[in-house]
Amino acid sequence: MNNQPLKIAGREFRSRLMLGTGKFPSGESMRAAIEASETEIVTVALRRADLSGVGDPYANILDFVPKNVLLLPNTSGAMNAEEAVRLARLAVAAGLPNWVKLEIHPDPRFLLPDPVETLKAAEVLVKEGFKVLPYINADPVLARRLQDVGTVTVMPLGSPIGSHQGITTRRQIEIIITQATVPVVVDAGIGAPSHAAEALEMGADAVLVNTAVAIASDPVRMAKAFKAAVEAGRAAREVGLGTVLDEASASSPLTGFLYR
Amino acid sequence: MHTAFSSIVDALPERKSPLMERFASLLEVKSPSQLEAMAQESRLVTRRNFGRTMRLFAPLYLSNECVNNCSYCGFSRDNPILRVTLSVEDVIKEARHLASMGFRNVLLVAGEHPRFVSEGYLEECIRALREWVPTIGIEVGPMEAPEYERMVQAGCEGLVVYQETYDRTVYEKMHTAGPKKDFDWRLACPERGYAGGFRRIGVGALFGLSDWRLEALRLAAHVEHLYKQCWKATFTVAFPRLRPAAGDFKPLTDFPDWALVQTVCAFRLTFPEIGIVMSTREPAPLRDALAPLGVTVMSAGSHTEPGGYTGAGNNDLHLTIKGRRVEQQTTCEDRAEGQFGIADERSPAEVAAMLKKQGLDPVWKDWDPSILQPALGAFAQS
Repeated sequence: MNNQPLKIAGREFRSRLMLGTGKFPSGESMRAAIEASETEIVTVALRRADLSGVGDPYANILDFVPKNVLLLPNTSGAMNAEEAVRLARLAVAAGLPNWVKLEIHPDPRFLLPDPVETLKAAEVLVKEGFKVLPYINADPVLARRLQDVGTVTVMPLGSPIGSHQGITTRRQIEIIITQATVPVVVDAGIGAPSHAAEALEMGADAVLVNTAVAIASDPVRMAKAFKAAVEAGRAAREVGLGTVLDEASASSPLTGFLYR
Repeated sequence: MHTAFSSIVDALPERKSPLMERFASLLEVKSPSQLEAMAQESRLVTRRNFGRTMRLFAPLYLSNECVNNCSYCGFSRDNPILRVTLSVEDVIKEARHLASMGFRNVLLVAGEHPRFVSEGYLEECIRALREWVPTIGIEVGPMEAPEYERMVQAGCEGLVVYQETYDRTVYEKMHTAGPKKDFDWRLACPERGYAGGFRRIGVGALFGLSDWRLEALRLAAHVEHLYKQCWKATFTVAFPRLRPAAGDFKPLTDFPDWALVQTVCAFRLTFPEIGIVMSTREPAPLRDALAPLGVTVMSAGSHTEPGGYTGAGNNDLHLTIKGRRVEQQTTCEDRAEGQFGIADERSPAEVAAMLKKQGLDPVWKDWDPSILQPALGAFAQS
């Protein structure tokens, strides 16, 4: 039996793995990794793309994104709500979808998202009809505020971008998942397929991975490894995992004879 | 503007923060195998934070006029060199050439001369380029915060200002005339730039003037200070080594290749997110070797003389003596004097090919100027 599809804003996706497009050694290797991962959603930093419409050969990252995936422009580079809103509008004007990964991290050192500006920008963009997928710290109250505003997902971080630390915010993300009325996508910090599987097993609806695939010595194989891990994690979640016990539990019960 | 960093730098190396204690230990004498281990780790940290990419930029020299006397610099006011300040049309010509080579990130550089290189002139240059050069930075004489704000509003995103040396005594000896003599005024420059709205700030020291370990330590302490004071800025750091220039200044101290490598690694391991810049003043083999192990920004095919890319402005070459323009008979082969000699003379395409060969993606565009364009009132739909 196949895993259930992921549904975001009424659209169905078979893959629960989203890929970022930064940090790859070449456009070609990025395309190959996207194809191997079978992802259906990829994010692209607008600041790296050509928004002028002239087809700049020195800013042609979009040319390497396969046409059959949903391109999710991200607002990385924006330091406040106003800049993020402007970038999102520009992306639409340049012919990109009105789906936007809202990313506002004014602190370039740890790249932690600004909750105040993110909420402000989400309010404006949702009103303008954007499908907003906000990148946030693992803050359950902020996640609720954003879903109240009308964002189509929440994307809490597992740990800082590119850190490969895994899901260090596990307890907070569990609360977010419990409360969520929209899909929860764990974004950032996922450095190994086991982290991705863990997120899905926890009940996250999807994960977004970038650095771990992009800087791998073989991005294509690593993309496949993440695909398998995400599928395994989701299948385990759907089937239901056993409870963790402190002591051993015998596979053959000792008191079964009483009821024979 | 005074900076609290003045007292921190003066207390070094005796009084160090815990982070600077660790940094100093990375600069201690290392065996070849220890240095190799540092380089391996530095490479990993760089890849994790910056991916397999290298950002490329080019300097565009606007003017070699200068009111300062800096013993090591070819532009020093007392050097009898051919000088020129490019007209805005000349600047456009040079920038168009750079854009055709692929550059989407241009650093406007000029000597410090308020009359030739005024704020109004710089603003005009920035406005003339901003429609088609996504990233514009400046490396010019220090300004007050309100002037920096004018530059940012004109479309400038990056500020580069090197302290040259963080050793006060050596600084005084090197800077014998002009406003640059004021050590503390220069030291506070990055903070004034941040107050003016710059979000990408480059700092650095010129290696060869003072003991390299002390210089690196003071520079690192400056970075540590700036990260706390200017939390929204992205920082880059550079370790330029003295190159031959007009005036024939000889380096006062040694900064061999292994020390440069150790410095790059020490900065990378201490500040994993900092951009590290390597210019064409270093020779090709060394740049190629450093590309994978910590450097994240490179220039390529650079010229350090105004008009160097296209010959723009060559019809206006002159001498400047005691602040006055003095006409000089020149031939069509004459060029304005460069700031220093270039060691890596490869073209941008050749450098990009070298990076690709090393599995690094040359990134030409990494910023979109529309991010900074003022909206018509907050959030207004234009």
